[in-house]
Amino acid sequence: MPHIILIGVNHKTAPVELREKLSFSREETLAALKELKQHPDIKEVLIFSTCNRTEILYVSGSDSSVDDVAAFISAQKHIDVSEFASALYVLHRDAAVRHIFRVASSLDSMMVGEPQILGQVKQAYRTAVEAGASGVLLNRMMHKAFSIAKQVRKETGIGDNAVSISYAAVELANKIFSDLSAKSVLLLGAGEMAELAVEHLMSHNVKQVLVANRTFENAVTLAEKFRGQAMGFEERESALADVDIIISSTGATQYVITADQVKKAMKKRQYRTLFFIDIAVPRDIDPKINTLSNAYVYDIDDLKTIVASNIQQREQETVKAERFVAQAVVKFRKWLDSLAIVPTIKAINDKMTAIVEMECDKTLAHLDHLSEQDRAAIRRMTRAIASRAIHDPILFLRNTGTHRDDSLYLNVTRQLFNLDMPDEQ
Amino acid sequence: MLQFAFLLYLVSLAGYLFYLVYQKEPVHRTSIYLITAGVLVHFAAIVVMGAAMGGLPVHNLVQSLSMAALAFGGMFLFVQYKFHLKMLGLFAAIILSGTMLMVMVLPDTQVVPNDILKGFWFYCHILLVFTGDAALGLACGAGILYLLQEKGIKAKSPGFFFKRLPSLDFLDLVSHACIITGFFLLTFGLITGFVYAKAIWGRFWSWDFKEVFSLGAWLVYAVLIHLRLYSGWRGRKSAIMTIVGFAIIIFTFLGVNMFLGGHHQEFTK
Repeated sequence: MPHIILIGVNHKTAPVELREKLSFSREETLAALKELKQHPDIKEVLIFSTCNRTEILYVSGSDSSVDDVAAFISAQKHIDVSEFASALYVLHRDAAVRHIFRVASSLDSMMVGEPQILGQVKQAYRTAVEAGASGVLLNRMMHKAFSIAKQVRKETGIGDNAVSISYAAVELANKIFSDLSAKSVLLLGAGEMAELAVEHLMSHNVKQVLVANRTFENAVTLAEKFRGQAMGFEERESALADVDIIISSTGATQYVITADQVKKAMKKRQYRTLFFIDIAVPRDIDPKINTLSNAYVYDIDDLKTIVASNIQQREQETVKAERFVAQAVVKFRKWLDSLAIVPTIKAINDKMTAIVEMECDKTLAHLDHLSEQDRAAIRRMTRAIASRAIHDPILFLRNTGTHRDDSLYLNVTRQLFNLDMPDEQ
Repeated sequence: MLQFAFLLYLVSLAGYLFYLVYQKEPVHRTSIYLITAGVLVHFAAIVVMGAAMGGLPVHNLVQSLSMAALAFGGMFLFVQYKFHLKMLGLFAAIILSGTMLMVMVLPDTQVVPNDILKGFWFYCHILLVFTGDAALGLACGAGILYLLQEKGIKAKSPGFFFKRLPSLDFLDLVSHACIITGFFLLTFGLITGFVYAKAIWGRFWSWDFKEVFSLGAWLVYAVLIHLRLYSGWRGRKSAIMTIVGFAIIIFTFLGVNMFLGGHHQEFTK
């Protein structure tokens, strides 16, 4: 009976320094997969490594392989097992399946519901396929993981709400402007959160990024980073007529943009919408600007409030998502159980018997002249034909050689005879 | 047949309400199909009625309302096809169901055959005014959606509608496109009306109440379009104006005949 095992570390068990040491690049992953496959006990293997986790998922003939895999990580990463043993988790069977389903559905992420994780899982699976390390079980498990992730995304609101300040700001921008690629962004000052917001906006292909800073050199450096344009801090007022989104994060103690300035600019820009994102404390943008028509001002507290309520909603949706995962694990378990020799042989027998009985009933119904004995003889004969016909395939399945991958043949058999549960098709 | 169209509108309204709450895309699609089917059935019903009467069936209030609903439904499908503004369907389904409810319950008065309600200019007048009003009604719908979305964003509490409605820019764009279309149609509707009046009563303009109010509504939209072009009246102000404008249109359509009289009176009795 194959044994699914997952061992790894993630952001919950290991600090970033340790995760860095244990992470695998794509090339390293490919090499490691090829090497792990040589292990006599490991039939299928997949390595999933991101900045938040390194996990090895594999199918093994025995439990003893766990130590070997840990030792393998230690050798690959030149780090003693004792250094990461406490952060390591080892999950078996259903727990491992459940874990990988949760990871793909972004339920195990640092930011629950973040959408990138599915792409990363897919990439890890592709690498495993490329290395020839994935087999029947992992193929099925990973495809199941992808579909469950899609279901979670589609049927729960888990990915709906922005749960970071910068995402919330971009989400708002998307509800104010219909096409961000036609809009220009002005960044006043600098700061991690403000720059993140600009980066998110850039991923929506904004038309132009302008950067203004009290220190012009800083503006030039930042502008280079965003492939934008630097401008003098004093030019900000005139820029109001042209830009659409202003992200402000300066250390100024007074408003750097006043309501009067915006009023004037509004006339010039024909009252086209202006959106201010004020990340600075104390605030940079006069909150009165929000009362002007077609101007919207969100400061850091407003954004935090939105994020807080989004997080709350997300937690409610998580419950639903966990239910989907639990259902999928049960289904996968059923499939896995059916992928054993005895149930498969029984299923083939049942299917053949059913076919033979049905055909006999059909035919004998029109042959009234036959005696009861003749009928019994015909039934016996058809049953004998059926069992002879499946004799060799069954013998082949029973004869499990040590070097053969049972699950592969069982899977083929189940497909040939179409034995799988209907909802798994 | 009209009853069947009414039923289709009602079911699609239910679908849209369900979609509003649960946001299931298949339900939305079904609702559009239902409205489309409703409009087609409605159209067929009016063609049959018109054929039997030998002219456009706009001789009394019930017929006029039914015709207005059909024009609105047709215009909605056009706008829906062009812009895919999902929640506009809810507005359309409400208007269609409401209007058709009136068609169902109001007494269908005896129609006296009237030869002046015929001819090319009359048909043009009716067609243009009804479709124009329909487009302006949809502009009002988009305007209402704009105000809903804007209210949440301005108040910094993106709530129920935030996810469900598209961006402010887009809502404003749809509303404006509907205004331009409706204004264009209404303008020619009024002109054909004048031409028709000249042919029937010998003068273009006779200070009929309906004429006055129609011109009033036309002026509201003319001013709105002008202000948008030259003084940046967009967004909230524009959205409010679409509602005011459409209110005048509804009054012109129904109220004038009920309260004020005039030579348009008989078609809406």
